[in-house]
Amino acid sequence: MSSPSLSTSLDPGGPPSATGIAPAPSTRAGALRRRLPGSLAWHFGSLAILAVILYPVIWVIGGSLKKSEDIVGSLDLFPGSPTTANYTRLTEGIADISISTFFLNSLTLAIGSVVGILLSCSLTAYAFAKIRFAGRNLLFTLMIGTLLLPYHVLLIPQYVLFRNMNMINSYTPLLLGKYLATEAFFVFLMMQFMRNLPRELDEAARLDGCGHLRIYWSIVLPLCRPALITSAIFTFINSWNDFMGPLIYLNEPDKYTVSLGLKMFVDQEGVADYGGMIAMSLVALLPVLAFFLAFQRYLIDGMATSGLKG
Amino acid sequence: MGTAVTHAPAMEGLSKDSEPRHGPVNSSRPAALKRRGRRENLAGYLFMSPWIAGFLLLTAGPMAASFYFAFTDYNLFDAPKWIGLDNFSEMFGDPRWRHSVQVTLWYVVVGTPLKLLLALSVALLLAQKRRGQAFYRAAFYAPSLIGASVSVAIVWKAIFSDDAIVDRTQKIFGIDVGGWTGDPEMIIYSLVALTVWQFGAPMVIFLAGLKQVPRELYEAAEVDGAGKLRRFWNITLPMISPVLFFNVLLETIHSFQIFSSAYIVGGGAGGNACGPADGSMVYTCYLYVQGFENSRMGLASAMAWMLLVAVALVTAVLFWSQKRWVHYEEGA
Repeated sequence: MSSPSLSTSLDPGGPPSATGIAPAPSTRAGALRRRLPGSLAWHFGSLAILAVILYPVIWVIGGSLKKSEDIVGSLDLFPGSPTTANYTRLTEGIADISISTFFLNSLTLAIGSVVGILLSCSLTAYAFAKIRFAGRNLLFTLMIGTLLLPYHVLLIPQYVLFRNMNMINSYTPLLLGKYLATEAFFVFLMMQFMRNLPRELDEAARLDGCGHLRIYWSIVLPLCRPALITSAIFTFINSWNDFMGPLIYLNEPDKYTVSLGLKMFVDQEGVADYGGMIAMSLVALLPVLAFFLAFQRYLIDGMATSGLKG
Repeated sequence: MGTAVTHAPAMEGLSKDSEPRHGPVNSSRPAALKRRGRRENLAGYLFMSPWIAGFLLLTAGPMAASFYFAFTDYNLFDAPKWIGLDNFSEMFGDPRWRHSVQVTLWYVVVGTPLKLLLALSVALLLAQKRRGQAFYRAAFYAPSLIGASVSVAIVWKAIFSDDAIVDRTQKIFGIDVGGWTGDPEMIIYSLVALTVWQFGAPMVIFLAGLKQVPRELYEAAEVDGAGKLRRFWNITLPMISPVLFFNVLLETIHSFQIFSSAYIVGGGAGGNACGPADGSMVYTCYLYVQGFENSRMGLASAMAWMLLVAVALVTAVLFWSQKRWVHYEEGA
């Protein structure tokens, strides 16, 4: 970065040429002069947006340390005398179920989803990217079609299906699709990555007599680590945040996920125990926030490439 | 699902390397080539088998079933009874259904452009290389990850309720509606605010698109004396139009499917309502109420198909309009 203030002081301050053929040095100095207030405006604008973005997050942190009756009415972000009562309240659990049960349930589902997505989507992606089989253009079109299909069309028939198979109130309906590569977005992400791997690698392996399974497992998968990590994190977060799936398929509170537990909290004691509800909301967000802080680069890069040519 | 995103060039298919490539060795031996082709087919379908099973069992089969249910009276316990078009005529005659369509359309029409406009403006701001750019980009993206959670919906309800910050700020200007979430007209705008708050995901995609615009174009335009606005209109906008198209398509489709936030902010469908005077009764909320609370699976399936038709129409119109305003680079 050059130093704008220095350049400005050196600038003789000549008027901008009206002819449009001003000598190069003077235009550059003019640009630098314009950059100083520009830079201030830039930081001011960015900070203003940041404040709006962060307000709800700071609000929930401060709110969780307030007494229930002060949470909505008071405009102070942080209470004068913070209390941890809301958090100690959480150790009592919700409707006689410990908070850790909800966390364990959510964690089971999230990890189960990650394993399923990584396996099934990478297999499908490999087939599209590396195997030349008859009919793959048709299958590819169908897969893209599922990306645009509103999930709600499948909601009721899938529910009927799982109900007829006696799988309501189990995790199977929430996990099965993950093992059958129904999340086309991740197939796409991985496929795009695989297509950009140097072709020589797997061609050499083929000449050495390696089959597709070997190439997939020993060559392509290890090279796809960035795409796999991005998919794993997105899957974890999506599963953690999912509300509609558990809402429909789970009906015994001891199988509830954190999202459902939180909703139950709202329904049962939300008004009476506002503080506990806010504290629980924050605790429920922590895993996602932790993932974000640890892996934000993978997430943003994965998101960015999703809209572009790989 | 906030992150379900497709790939714009996906629409171009697999053409990149789909032309048959004959190896110099195999092409002289058709039998071997044929055998190899058959092996490739087998391998392909083995690798695809989880997806194919999933497609048949969880997508195609259910779609067919849903289409059938749409013409039946089905309460889950008795066998579906064929009633022809009755579900559809009931739906169109139901003022609550029409209300939910209105609420949803309003949400899509107001929320999506605002969100994309903010995403593009902030992307243009962040595209300038300045100190802290990476930090801001990450911070602005964060809401897109947590925005779909129940937690944020609860926080949102609190922030937009009576006497909380938004209400108090509004009162300064002499407007008092008693909090947005308590007002049948205003509650939908609290949901619009929630989706706009998540502008980070499309912003990141815009930023990636802006990065790919060749610098020479701007330099050439500057030499020609084009002002900032002209450069934006004549260079930036056409160059990022594929990314813009992609964002418009996905954000619109997603908006139609809003559920969790409306359900939570509106107080859930408990007691069969969503928000004061059904103010946040978006389409999928009503679908949920009819299907899972009133056990009207046939009617809910008909509603789901109407949603599909609406989304398909919007998609088709966008793809059709694409010719007029989206510029794909030659040979890209």
